[in-house]
Amino acid sequence: MLKYLFMRNEDIPPGTAAVFFGFSSIVWFVLGTGLGSFNAAKLAFPDFVTGIEMLSFGHMRQVHVLAVILGWISMAFAMTMMYITPALGNTKLWSEKLGVWNCALWNIGLALGLFLLWIGISSGREYSDLIWPVDLVVIFGVLFPLGLNVWMTIKNRRTQGIYTTNWFFGAAVFMVIVVFLVGNTPEFFNLTGLTEAYLTWWFAHNVLGLWITPVAAAISYYVVPKVTGNPLYSHRIGHLHFWSVVVFYSTPAAHHLMAAPLPEWLKSFASVEGVLILVPAIAFVSNLLLTMTGKWRMFVENIEIKYTITGVLLAIPLNVQGGFQQTRAINWYVHGTGWIVAHAHLALLGFSTFLEAAAVYYGLQVLLKRKIYSLALANFHYWMLLIGFSIYWISMTIAGLIQGAGKIYEVPYIDVVIAEHPYMIARWVGGTLVFIGNIVWLYNMYKTAVAGTPIPAGRLPHELAYER
Amino acid sequence: MAFREYKIGVRMFAFALGSSMIITLYFPSVDMASVQATEYALKRQLAYGRIGGFSYEDPLLKGWGKPVTVTLDKDPVTGKPIEPTEAYVYPPGTPFPSGITHPRILGEGVEDLSVSVGRISEANKENGAVFIIREGEFQGQTVAYIENATATRGWQAQTTLAAVSDDARQYVGSGKIMFVREGCWWCHTLLPEQTQDWQYFGAPPMLGDFNGESPTAFGSDRKAPDLLHVASRNSSREWMKLHFFNPRLVQPHSIMPRYDYLWGEVDAEGNKIDYDRWRAEYDEYVEGKRVYPPEVPEPHPDSEARKLIDFMMFLK
Ligand code: HEC
Ligand code: HEM
Repeated sequence: MLKYLFMRNEDIPPGTAAVFFGFSSIVWFVLGTGLGSFNAAKLAFPDFVTGIEMLSFGHMRQVHVLAVILGWISMAFAMTMMYITPALGNTKLWSEKLGVWNCALWNIGLALGLFLLWIGISSGREYSDLIWPVDLVVIFGVLFPLGLNVWMTIKNRRTQGIYTTNWFFGAAVFMVIVVFLVGNTPEFFNLTGLTEAYLTWWFAHNVLGLWITPVAAAISYYVVPKVTGNPLYSHRIGHLHFWSVVVFYSTPAAHHLMAAPLPEWLKSFASVEGVLILVPAIAFVSNLLLTMTGKWRMFVENIEIKYTITGVLLAIPLNVQGGFQQTRAINWYVHGTGWIVAHAHLALLGFSTFLEAAAVYYGLQVLLKRKIYSLALANFHYWMLLIGFSIYWISMTIAGLIQGAGKIYEVPYIDVVIAEHPYMIARWVGGTLVFIGNIVWLYNMYKTAVAGTPIPAGRLPHELAYER
Repeated sequence: MAFREYKIGVRMFAFALGSSMIITLYFPSVDMASVQATEYALKRQLAYGRIGGFSYEDPLLKGWGKPVTVTLDKDPVTGKPIEPTEAYVYPPGTPFPSGITHPRILGEGVEDLSVSVGRISEANKENGAVFIIREGEFQGQTVAYIENATATRGWQAQTTLAAVSDDARQYVGSGKIMFVREGCWWCHTLLPEQTQDWQYFGAPPMLGDFNGESPTAFGSDRKAPDLLHVASRNSSREWMKLHFFNPRLVQPHSIMPRYDYLWGEVDAEGNKIDYDRWRAEYDEYVEGKRVYPPEVPEPHPDSEARKLIDFMMFLK
């Protein structure tokens, strides 16, 4: 990697930045889920590793959350942007060198930020836990260079139109920069009180809604047509998706604070807008499932489609939950319980991770020009993710319902803690399966890079038969 | 941008996102900025100090640069007995909370009284200050406001601190830093919900209860009791001591982590704390080889554990 940092831009082989981002994201995925599994163990067995400040639950939880969001998910996004944006514009990446630097700075910056969080240097705001100097590094050292590369590549495209995926990419990087700038104003300017609380959740909501969800969807708008060979069912529905994300997803931030004394109009407004999130969700799911027409056998036979379509199908329960759990009628019961943790993992570990994993699988094969080393290991990874995630989701949903009942009937709190214990253990087991699956994935991708069958020029990975 | 449509598209995008920002950022901030601070909000910001997370004065989250809350039963200058009064002492150099530096955020009435009667704009960071909370009339309505006792009564920060014993001092602001740094808020909320929760966890907060506080650290995910009013139901420092050292001493089913490391090197008498031995003896107790668990050391007055307990006692 180091040698590419100081090469002339023209001499760096196309795709280098994407490959680095791809492998970085997998490594962060392994680390992040390992941390998750460690945290889960601590919640199940509180005396597991004790007495060391840095390894206590309160120091580790935020490291897990940001390692998976900014390490795994966002780096996988950067990887896909670096190879899909040029591919769709029939051109090269604007600056491969900027991409390589972007990747190096991202890894260093994230490691530094997480280390600070780990030793307890935090802003005390959920999801925007990173202190403001690190936020500035993220905005100007990580997101802006990424955006620049994406925007300039779209501008230099050699096609006339802009495909839906690139619309999403270009807009989402812009929006996430705005979200970081605005969402951290309480730290930049010491805003206080409810304004601080509201902006914290405005940030958290919009990072998910204007960055993770749309980019994950955009990736599958590329992967499904590309691998199945079917054209996207409808560009118009794709546009409906895009515009409804911008309008409906950017507004319901207050629904995270339904139990707090925010102005009532704001909560009601957020709640109604929150239900409208179903518009982009339905547009997205139906568009992709209809694109699959005639190719459903690939759902079983092809590993990228298997991942993508699983992610798309998981978007259905995700959005049904998301749309309705934030209404007053349901929120009072589930707010602040394990149900929400289950929902968060349905969104990030279910829906989004499956879409990104597909794109990373596919992209690395294209870029390295090598067929995936082992289908068996890839399938093993798939099932570990799916089973592990399902155990996690089911156990935490049940735990959440128990907590909700405990909350409204006001039973002594310790009884809730006791009742939840089996589900805490189940969650740990499920999460650990995911972690093990990821180690296998890293191994499989490494073997692909060194020992995968070379793909002849002009062919695509899915046109070759699997060998192992 | 070869297509005219894309120009239109970009404008539409700016319009859509811009409108969304106006509705979700501008309107709410105007609405929330006009809220009148309650007595509760004044107490909290005065006790917590400027920022409860990373800040210039406290970059490592050690609880530096925070005020001390003291309970006075005599006037620190004249020595005459007075009604027990809670005073918030800002030693020289301690930054003031937003309510003092930007009284506008206190809302109508509170701002007027604090500035005109309470003389808070005369407070000076370099010299330090002592604040108390008083009640006054504003347009026929009783409101709580902040009084700068250094200006109105000549209470200097150092003399006020020296006038009380260590027992009457509470390191609430530093304790809140421990609460944020140790991630207590990943399990505990500071927000009894508006719909239920009242009977056990106490009254949910109101609109003006947070002015001047940052971060609010409501917590989103409740795996443990709400703590906003914990000291109203349990005000035993002794219980807190045992519970923080090892929660399973007082609640065998608790999943709360041990916070024994907040005791630091030495106990209240200055003896070195032998953690290894304590843990070994505790394990024997768990295995049934001992009848009683080992003795929990008394925290040193400068220890982080003491500050955290001070913070807990403040949450009434
Ligand atoms: C892993 C989750 C977890 C973390 C982190 C945690 N606690 Fe707890 N805490 C609990 C649970 C569960 C209980 C209820 C059982 C008990 O009494 O121990 C509890 C109980 C308490 C109580 C008693 C509440 C009551 O209603 O009587 C206090 C006070 C408390 N915790 C303070 C803290 C502080 C301060 C911190 C941070 C230094 C902290 N906790 C961190 C889980 C946690
Ligand atoms: C890509 C994979 C993952 C992503 C994106 C992810 C994301 C998150 C997020 C966003 C939260 C905060 C949830 C909330 O506040 O409601 C969280 C919490 C947590 N995650 Fe994960 N996670 C992933 C995988 C895992 C795995 C494999 C485990 C292992 C068991 C795990 C265990 C936990 C635990 C224990 C918490 C704390 C929950 C709590 O405080 O109750 N996560 N994760």
